[in-house]
Parts: sequence; structure tokens; C-alpha cells
Amino acid sequence: MILHPSHLILADSTRFPGVSPAWQKGQFSGEVVFNTGMTGYVETLTDPSYAGQILTFTYPSIGNYGVPARSTWESGKIHARGVVVSEACLGWSHHAGARSFLEWLKDEGVPCIMGVDTRALTKKLREGGVMAGVIDCRLKISDFRLNDDVRNDKVNLKSAICNLKFTDPNQENLIEEVTIAKKKVYGKGKYKIIAVDCGMKENIIRELRKFPYEIVRVPYDYDYTRDRFDGVFVSNGPGDPMRCTDTIAILSSAMKQKKPVFGICLGSQLLALSSGAKTYKLPYGHRGHNQPCLDIGTGQCHLTSQNHGYAVNEKSLKRGWRVNFRNLNDGSVEGVEHASLPFFSVQFHPEAAPGPTDTNWLFQRFFRLVSSRYI
Amino acid sequence: MPKKILILGSGGLRIGQAGEFDYSGSQAIKALKEEGIKTVLHNPNIATVQTDASMADELYLYPLERSWVEKIIEKERPDAILLGFGGQTALNLGMELHDAGLLRRFGVRVLGTPVEAIKKTEDRDLFKRALTEIGVPTPNSIAVGAVPDALRAAKKIGYPVMMRSGYSLGGLGSGKISSESELRIRAGEALSGAPQILIEEYLAGWKEIEYEIVRDRADNCVTVCNMENMDPMGIHTGESIVVAPSQTLNNEEYHRLRATAIAVARHLGIVGECNIQYALHPKTSELRVIEVNARLSRSSALASKATGYPLAFVAAKLALGFRLDEIKNAVTGKTCAFFEPALDYMVVKIPRWDLTKFKTADRRIGTEMKSVGEVMGIGRSFPEALQKAVRMLNIGADGLSGYPSQIEDAGEEIANATDRRLFAIFQYLRAGHSADDVHALSGIDRWFLRHISAILACEKKLKKSGLSPALLRHAKEMGESDAAIARLAGLTAEDVRKKRIEGGILPAVKQVDTLAGEFPAETKYLYTTYHGSHHDVRAARESVLILGSGPYCIGSSVEFDWCAVNAARAFRARKKETVIINSNPETVSTDYDESDRLYFEELTEERVRDIADFERHPSIVVSVGGQIANTLALPLARAGYRILGTSADDIDRAENREIFSALLGSLGVDQPAWERVTTARNAAQFAERVEYPVLVRPSYVLSGAAMRVVRSHGELTEYIEHAAAVSPDRPVVISQFIENAKELEIDGVADRGTIVVDAIAEHVEHAGVHSGDATIVLPPQRLYLETIRRTKRIAKQIAAALSITGPFNIQFLAKDNDIKVIECNVRASRSFPFVSKVTGENLIEAAVAAFLGEKRASRSYETLELSRVGVKMPQFSYARLKGTDPVAHVEMASTGEVACISDDYLSAFLLSFLSAEGHIRGKRVLLSIGGDARREKFLPLFRALERDGWDIYATEGTHAILSKNGIGSTCLYKVSEALEPNVGTVIAGQGVDLIITIPRTGAPSRETDGYRIRRLAIDHHIPLVTNPQTAHALLQCLTETDPRRIPVSSWKEYIAAT
Repeated sequence: MILHPSHLILADSTRFPGVSPAWQKGQFSGEVVFNTGMTGYVETLTDPSYAGQILTFTYPSIGNYGVPARSTWESGKIHARGVVVSEACLGWSHHAGARSFLEWLKDEGVPCIMGVDTRALTKKLREGGVMAGVIDCRLKISDFRLNDDVRNDKVNLKSAICNLKFTDPNQENLIEEVTIAKKKVYGKGKYKIIAVDCGMKENIIRELRKFPYEIVRVPYDYDYTRDRFDGVFVSNGPGDPMRCTDTIAILSSAMKQKKPVFGICLGSQLLALSSGAKTYKLPYGHRGHNQPCLDIGTGQCHLTSQNHGYAVNEKSLKRGWRVNFRNLNDGSVEGVEHASLPFFSVQFHPEAAPGPTDTNWLFQRFFRLVSSRYI
Repeated sequence: MPKKILILGSGGLRIGQAGEFDYSGSQAIKALKEEGIKTVLHNPNIATVQTDASMADELYLYPLERSWVEKIIEKERPDAILLGFGGQTALNLGMELHDAGLLRRFGVRVLGTPVEAIKKTEDRDLFKRALTEIGVPTPNSIAVGAVPDALRAAKKIGYPVMMRSGYSLGGLGSGKISSESELRIRAGEALSGAPQILIEEYLAGWKEIEYEIVRDRADNCVTVCNMENMDPMGIHTGESIVVAPSQTLNNEEYHRLRATAIAVARHLGIVGECNIQYALHPKTSELRVIEVNARLSRSSALASKATGYPLAFVAAKLALGFRLDEIKNAVTGKTCAFFEPALDYMVVKIPRWDLTKFKTADRRIGTEMKSVGEVMGIGRSFPEALQKAVRMLNIGADGLSGYPSQIEDAGEEIANATDRRLFAIFQYLRAGHSADDVHALSGIDRWFLRHISAILACEKKLKKSGLSPALLRHAKEMGESDAAIARLAGLTAEDVRKKRIEGGILPAVKQVDTLAGEFPAETKYLYTTYHGSHHDVRAARESVLILGSGPYCIGSSVEFDWCAVNAARAFRARKKETVIINSNPETVSTDYDESDRLYFEELTEERVRDIADFERHPSIVVSVGGQIANTLALPLARAGYRILGTSADDIDRAENREIFSALLGSLGVDQPAWERVTTARNAAQFAERVEYPVLVRPSYVLSGAAMRVVRSHGELTEYIEHAAAVSPDRPVVISQFIENAKELEIDGVADRGTIVVDAIAEHVEHAGVHSGDATIVLPPQRLYLETIRRTKRIAKQIAAALSITGPFNIQFLAKDNDIKVIECNVRASRSFPFVSKVTGENLIEAAVAAFLGEKRASRSYETLELSRVGVKMPQFSYARLKGTDPVAHVEMASTGEVACISDDYLSAFLLSFLSAEGHIRGKRVLLSIGGDARREKFLPLFRALERDGWDIYATEGTHAILSKNGIGSTCLYKVSEALEPNVGTVIAGQGVDLIITIPRTGAPSRETDGYRIRRLAIDHHIPLVTNPQTAHALLQCLTETDPRRIPVSSWKEYIAAT
């Protein structure tokens, strides 16, 4: 494979040299975030919540087991706008693998920069917060000495940076890109639920289909308030939850029917917003498979898979609402619920894929709420 | 919460149970002390950190055996006991105490995983049943007692099957069976020697994966780390190259195994730590649970070092009843212990074998453990971590391509794994074979093999093209050492280093922080990598850099970890910023709280210099880590680094045979005559001059030839010409061997040439037994006062002549007040912890004071005035090494040691003997003494045995002497005579409780009946004595002391009694 020198340049002018496959030309911009999971790169990159983002993997060898067939992905394509790794594994090996990681990126047209000190980048993002960045393959090798230490870098980057286009994907309507085009119905069952698709992971559908539901998967702005349903599920998705005004308006109207609502990730933020609470942006988000959460009701600890940049502001919760899960690392809100009405949500991913499967029972909880209304 | 807790240790280090339990016990003690709980430690392994004065509140150096624990419990009355921190020894002993009702009788609660749960993990049937209850598959196996049943079972399971012989030793009779006809024959054979065989599902070639699990009593449960064996099923995990985290598992597999691990821990009711081992089919992803260890293990020690998660510390807290979310993550200082570390690096563990030390041991590895130690390389790519680990082994390989010998049939050693399979793979690939070929032979996943191929490709480039900065960087990213690059590119290592520094190609210093950078880390647990452009930390201010021991192997073990840890503690007590470098995951020195900075790194000149450069030239301590560190003194000093203590040149004067010999000559100190010879003729001339026997040793250490005592011209010629293949560049050192001489040692510390503290110890065995295999007594019991005076005088002269500052050890031979110096090591020796703990004077602490030029108060004791006696004995691992001859000789063979203290010599000797797995169950002894003169000498003791009611069995010659002298004994036929009563049958039937067999003078041969007795003793776990002096002392103990009357006192009580 032919590799060319390339750079990852952050909005604050920090520059990380690396190499990119020769097919990759031009500039690619997005919000640079990091994920600390050690497996699951396929599930992660096909997770629509990463739309608009340049994803850094902290694990240093990505692509170890190749890329399996489409049927196991979390959506039909890679949503991240770029990938940053220390090493993309060429000597991959797995019986389920169909092609290499880099071939996949090429097929999907997703740019990648390798050979980056991803740990240094992660620490940078941890300290300075996530920021816009550009993977640039145009700068000539003579522009910089390859692999020289950034701290010793005397090159004035200003002129180079002037030409770069940094974008803040949170200003875009990312959900529009990832939501389902039109309503789709799955399965047959005693109970009918609306699944609001803000960029829903396939594994959520797989988990929901384990129950006797008729699932009506609808676009994020579909008004289901007049449809017959027994429960509403609000999915994960990319970007700033406050931009989802339509979804919020529809949900808050639907909540008047007091039917069960279950939200995951962005869905959790949307439920909170629909209840009148506020959200805010975390400095560098939670993205990984080892986020510890306390179930406040039971006192039990659970390990969770997470991928979010925004969180619910606890102080803004209205009367009747409370926190149901809390992050043991930073104390942030990991889910909200209503004290008496069947509304609850979690900020993490009980459907896993990737990550630990410990909180899968939450789907059971939702089912109990939906089904108990008939008893 | 309990107020006083008894912790059971694991005893002497041996194959399968090594330094990892010093780490786990030490962490447990720290965890309990933090809660204000009184700790009582029972462990006779005096060389460990856990048996230090600063660790447990009370220490008992007694045999790990029921009657002794009982006495300790009776005396200390602890309210609880920990069984999970001393390996299988502690777990088994704990089960025994429980089953005997002893714990209940004394109201001692078992903390952590309950006994019932432990039993479910230990008993195969209970285990299978428990896992079946929750639908978790275990390997399919059926026990049968007849051939037709075996055939039926195999049909049910499907060929190929694994056949295991139920009651045989050492996997005898087990193996892969591919067809019905084969099974008919093999099962018939096996069933003729055993009542039962197991027909098992054949899992060889499946991936072998482990998870480490912690669970608290509130049912919070996580898996801290998973690990993947590069060597698939069929090779014991302790014998496998292991990576963490797993590399070839996809997300679904990783989390299915993880979820299963948690389900199993919950179902079994684990509280604390446990380990689960899986087989995973490489094509279908089916899994089988192989076993669960409900205790800290070798793997958990590795996981702990691989992730920075202090598993043993956390397990101890969980045993006390804490919840995971109540325990702080010490690395971040902010987050809690309920999480799973995310790694942004990978680690590679390689076992360290020492099989060449045993002439007769088979090099093949398999389902039984043979390795004596391990190393762990940390890197940001597999090639980098792997090649680091290769160098850490300290076997003369500067990388994968630098293995010092050409492997003749590499394919064979890949298919039937040996200890050097990794190097065979590299050489096989280099010879033009493909990764697929290696996969076909070994079942090793292609992921690993492709990376090894990539290393080879890089080396080809290095050979072919010039060393451009880009290629140099690439080579460093592939884990190549400067030395290897130099070798391949035709330069010197120093050239490469210069080029590297000029090109700014330097390793980045990174932190192990448990969270992949997501949270800031408080601790400085560091490694270096070439996959990085930024350092995580800044250089320390004015630090002391301590070089650790490296991997444990025969001759260098936990005692040097004790030295390094004590040195670090002494420096830190003096407010010195302390940096440790070590590469061995089964150590306490690699616990990140034992130093201000820990580099888990190679102890190579290149890496030590990289670190010293980064840390702005700290003072380096080379004298507490054993020989690896010591050897670095001269190269480091020559490159301009500051060595603390004795100068590198003076260290070299002691190391260099010629120079040291001349120095002794100039001091008028005697030494055994010696010569370096390069021809057989010179050797013979020398031997005739000094008279046989002579001691010969190859100076080219890697030739595989061992040190040996040679008794005749014929033997000498054979050794010189064949074994050592002498030549001008492969000289042999030949020296006079003095028979029936006593050996003694001085361990001490000097300050600018003046001895500040010393201790003299005596060997029980006469010269001819390696000092590492000798029984050592402190203070000496049988030396002339004049001998002691003279040794002290010589030690003073040598210390002054070498201007020693810091630790030293001198070994002497004494025969009738005639004293000769054998060798001098200007570093801490193997006996430092023993001497420190028996005298109560920490020699390392004294050495650190000397390094820093501190004035010392006058010495606290005189060796001969001690009111107690310490006896140190070797711990052997012969049982693990099939076919080895268990006779101590000039080449060291022991893997560990134990030591006990008592009021008198015999009590201490007996305790120590019992502690080294020498549990004598009854009063039946087998005597087989070579040589009439020797038999005569033993007669009074044999008479005493008869008087005390021992049943005596004897071989022919010994029986004759006994009869002649009116001592009754049962005469046994030799194994080769095949007549009953036969020695073989009696031993195999556990018909004796102790075997004393002394070979005739001369090199014991493998083909004799004597060898068969020795080997049978080992294989049937019957205590064996082969040395005349040891036998004499033991028989004295058995006939003159009553073990029931030996007092049980703690270490502090003995020290206070001075």
C-alpha cells in the first residue's frame, strides 16, 4: 500500500503528523473526538451518532480482526468523517472478516490518518475539550519535517491554517443525514411501539425485536401523536440535542398520553428536554466501553458503553423528574426518569455493540412498562 | 470488620508458583494495614518482600503445614484468615484447615470467596455441574474404566479425542487419539496401569483466552483484563506467550466471553478476585470454560501489571467487605475501582525457561509448566512489545533475529513446541516459509505470525538499503534494538545510537494510566515507545535510578527484588526521588507505589541510557538487582553515567578473573589454583599439576555446557573436547577442586573501603554444591574461631583494595583453618534478605546509607553473639522437570529458598527442611548409602532411628552393614532386579516417608539404580536427601529433637530476644 504524509490539524493550530493512504486526497474536516474502546471499531464507525466527527481510537492497533459482512454493522455505512489511529492493522485475521480495515475505509470513502500519537492527541482533547480539526493530505512533505516533535515546531502554521476549513458539525442538521427516510414497520406483536430514529443503531432494533412488538420506525420529525401506540422509544443520534426542536415538540406532546417512553443516549437528552430540562456540552464527552454507572434505585453498579458529547443538566430537572443513573467517574447524569409516570431514559447504550452487555435488562424494563398497561 | 487477620503465603519459589505471590501477599498486607487491621503472615520464604519487618505486624517463618498453622492460630487467635494470596499452597492448606474443623474451633472466619465456592472451582465434577446449571459449556469428557466404554465415549464425543490417564503422574499416557483402532490399543495400555481414563473433547488449536474478574459482596462485578495466548490450547498458559488485551477477538467474542465470566463468578459466589480460562474455537467462535481459579494467580499478577489495576490490593479490600465503588482507583486518585481498564498500549509476556541448566530435561513444552520466570514488554505495537520482551529475557538475544543459535529443525520445534519456538518461527520464516506454513504447523493465529513476518521484512530492508532516518525510525517502531540494527546494517550500536539522537529519533515516555488518557494519572507508571511524539511526564529532579532484577531464573530470584524494593524504600525514606527499572511482572518492585517512578522496561544498556538521558542523568544503583544490573555497571560508566557506590572499574576488578586473581595475590590471599585453557593438552597439564578432581567451566556461557567436577583424565578430555568444544575463542576455566572443604560466605556493606556491617554464614554441605543450592546456617555452628577471624581479615583487605562502597559478598573455602577465596561479588547477594532477617540488621538500608556517605552508629550485633540460629534451604522444582536427576552439584538447580529461625541449630534445620516441601508423614525411612566408609559414619544415627521406632528399609549394601551391626531393616531389591520386595514398588506405593540415598563419590549417573530411586522419590513426592552432610543433620534432627516441642515464635520475638 502506498502511504503519503498527511496531517491532523486542530482548530487551535496543534498539528499531528501522520500518513494516509494514497487514494485519499484533499481536506476532511469534522469535530475531533476520541473513543477508548479496545474492540468494536466496526460497530463504532457505523454508529450514526458519530456523524460529523473525526474519530480517534486510543487503542493503538485498529483493524486486528478485519471487517465482517454488512449484516453485523450498526448501520449501512461509516458515519464518522475521518479516522485517526496509531496503527491500522494490515495483518488482520478472523474467520468472520471479509476485508481489511483500510480497504473498508477506501470502499466507504472515509479518510484516515495513521501514525499519530493518539495518546498525546487524547490528552490534548481532554485538556482543551473536543475541537474542530482537519485531516489534510495536501500539505507537501517539505512543508514540515516528518515526525518532528510538535513542541519543537518552529514552523509558522498560520498561512497553512488560513486555508483550512474548520467546521463545527454541531451547527449542522446531522440528524437529517442519518434518520430513516420514511416510516418502516418491523415485526408483528401485541404491542405497538414508535421507534423515533434520530440515527438509531441496528442493535437497538435487534434488541427490540426480541419482544412481541410491532415496531414502527419513524423519521426524527415524524408526528406520531395521532397514531395508535403503546410506547415510544427515542434513539441515539448525533449532534446537539437542542437542535432537535421538532423531535422535542412531538415527544412532549406525546408524553401527555402518559404512555411509556424509553430514551437511549440522544434519546435521553431529548426526553429531558421534552420535560423542560436543559442539556449542556461536556468538555470531551464519554466515548468508550468502560464507563461505570450507579443505578441510584438499587445501589448496583453497571459498566456501560457510551458515546455522547452532551449531557443533561441535573439542576434543570423539573418537579417529578429525577436522576436514575449517575456516572461514577465524574458524577454526571446518566439517565432520568419520572417519579410516577412511565418515562425513563439512559445516557449509555444498553444495546452495547460495541461494549459490555451488562445493562441489557433495560429493554426488559421498557417491555414491562409497555405490557403492564394491558394487565 | 475483623481485627486480626492471618495470611497464608506460598512458601519457597518453585516452578508454577513463583514471585507473583510475593506481589499478591504484599498488596494484601498493605490493604489490610490501611484499614488498621493487625496482620499475621505465615510464610517461610524469607527472601520475599512480604516477610519484611515493615510489612505484616507479625511474621511466622514456619512450614506451611497444618500442625504449624494450628499452633500459630492458637497463639495469635486471629478472627479471620485469607486463603487467596498464597497460591495453590495456601488454598489447599486453607481447605484442609476448614475440613478439619480447625477454623471453626478457633472461630476463624474465611474472608473473601467462601469455602463452598472454592470447592466448586477445585472439584472437577462440582465445577462441571455448576457451570451446566447456567448453561456454560465445559470440555466434554467422560470417565471410563474399560476399553469398550472408552470406544463408546469417543464415538459420542467425536474423533479426534484427548485421552487422559486418571491417576498417572505428569500426564503419562495422555495424548491425542484420532481413530477407533488407535484408541483400542492406547486405552488398553493405559487401563493396564490405571483404573480409570478420561476421554475428552480435543481442544488443541483452539484459542486460549483468560479474563480476570473482581466481584464484591454486593454483586458488583467487572472483568479487569483479558489476555490471549499466542500459543493456542495445548500449551500451559504459564508456558505460553501471552498478550493483553486480546488481539484477535472481535467485539462480539470479547463481550460474550466477558459476560460469561461475570455470570460464572456470580453463580459460583466469588467475592474478591478470580480468573477464568476459555478455549475459543478459531473458526466457529464456540467456547468452553477450562477452569476457574478462585484466588490470585500468576495471570492476575500479570493482569495487574499489564493494566495498572492493583488486583491483589482490591481483592483484599473486597474480602473485607468493601464495595468496588468504595475503593479508590489509586492511579487516577479520583475515579473508583469499579471500572475496566482501557489500554492504549499492549503487553506481551514471554516465559523464561532455564531448561539448559538441567542436562536431562526435555526442551519440549506442553500442558505442564516448566518455566521459572517471565518478562512483560509494553509497547504501542505488537512488534515493539514482543521484541522488548525478547530482550528482557536476558538470553543473549538482542531481538527476534538475535537468538544466539541456529535452530536445526525449526519446523519440528514449531510443530512440537520447545522453549524456543518463537525463535524457531522467526528462523523458519527467514528461511522462506510463509506465515500460513507456520500456522499450519502450530495453529498460532495468523495475526501474530503476520506481525513477526513484518519484523522480518523490516530486517531485510535494513540489510539491503542504507540506514535512512525514515528506515531507522521504522525499525525502532518495529522494536529493533540499536544493537540489532547495527548488526543488520553493518554498523556499531554506538553509531546507531548517535544517528538516532541526531535524527531526534527517541523513545517517548508514556504512562500506564488505566483509562487510556481519559483522566489524568497521579502515578508515574511508565514505559517507552517509538510510536509517540510526546512525553507524558517531565524529567524528575535529581533522582536515584535503581536497576531491578529482570526475570527470575535459576540463580536470580525474588531475593533481588527484595533488595531493589528495600533500596527504593531506603532512598525514599531519605526524601530522594526514586526511579526503578524492571521487566518482571511477578515482582513487588514493579508495584507503582514502591517508587516515585516505575519504568516497566528492558534492563539493557540502550534502554537504561535512554531513560537516564530523559531523567537528566540520575545516579544509578547497579548493585541491588543481581547479575543483570551488575553487568551494566561498566558499559554505563564508560558512556559517562554516574554509578552510585563502588566504582564500575572496581566492580570489574572483582568480576574479571585475571585481575581479581592478581589482586588476591598481591594481598597474599590464597585461592584455588586456576587457569584459562584453550587446548585439551593445557587442561590436562593443569589437572595433573593440581591433581584431580578439578572444576571446569566454559567461559562461553551460551554453549550449553555446564560447570562440572571432573575426576579423571578421560572425563576431562571428553568434557574439554566435546561438551565445551574448547578453542582459542572458547576458552575453558579449569580450577583446583578441594574435596571435603567447608564453604562459608561473608555478606556485608562497606563504606569507602571500610566494612560497616557484615555477617558470616556457613554451608552445611561441603564444597561441590553450588552456593545457591546449599543449606546455609547463620551464625556458623561448626567453624573454628580462628577460621572466622581469618575470613574477616581477608574480607577487610578485599573491601579496602576494591574501595567498596555498598553491598558485597565473598565466598570462602576452609579446610583445617586453611582459607581460600572462591569469589567476590561487589553487589548484594542472594543471601542478603536471609542475613538481614536473621541478624535484624537490614543490609540494604546500610548500603544505601553508605551510598549517601551517611555516618553510622557502631554496629548493632556480632554474628557470633546472636542468640538464635537461622537455616536457609533451597527449594527445588525437580517434580516439574521430568527426567532430571535430583542431586545438587556445582551447577545451581534450585528455584527458590525457605528459611526458619529457632533457638538452636537442629530446630531451625528441621523447620527449614519441612518448609521446603519436605513434609515427613510417618516413621518409615529408606536408606541407601554408597560406600562403606560413609555407611560406618552413619551407624550411630541409624541406631538412634531404630531406637526411636523407625521402620528402616534399605538397599542391599546398606542392609548388609545394618545387619552386621545389629540394626534391623527390610532389604529391598533394586529396581533393575525386578524382584519383590522391590524399591520401586515400595516407593510407588508410598511405603516410605523419607528417602536418604547418598550416591557414591563421583558424578552421579542417570542410568544407575540410584538415579531411579531419586527420581521415584521426586515423582511420588517423598522427601529426599542425597547429600551426606544434610542427611547427617536431618537424622540428628529426627533423633535428637521433638518437632512438637519446637517453640512457635514470631520473627519479632526472636529479634527482640537478642
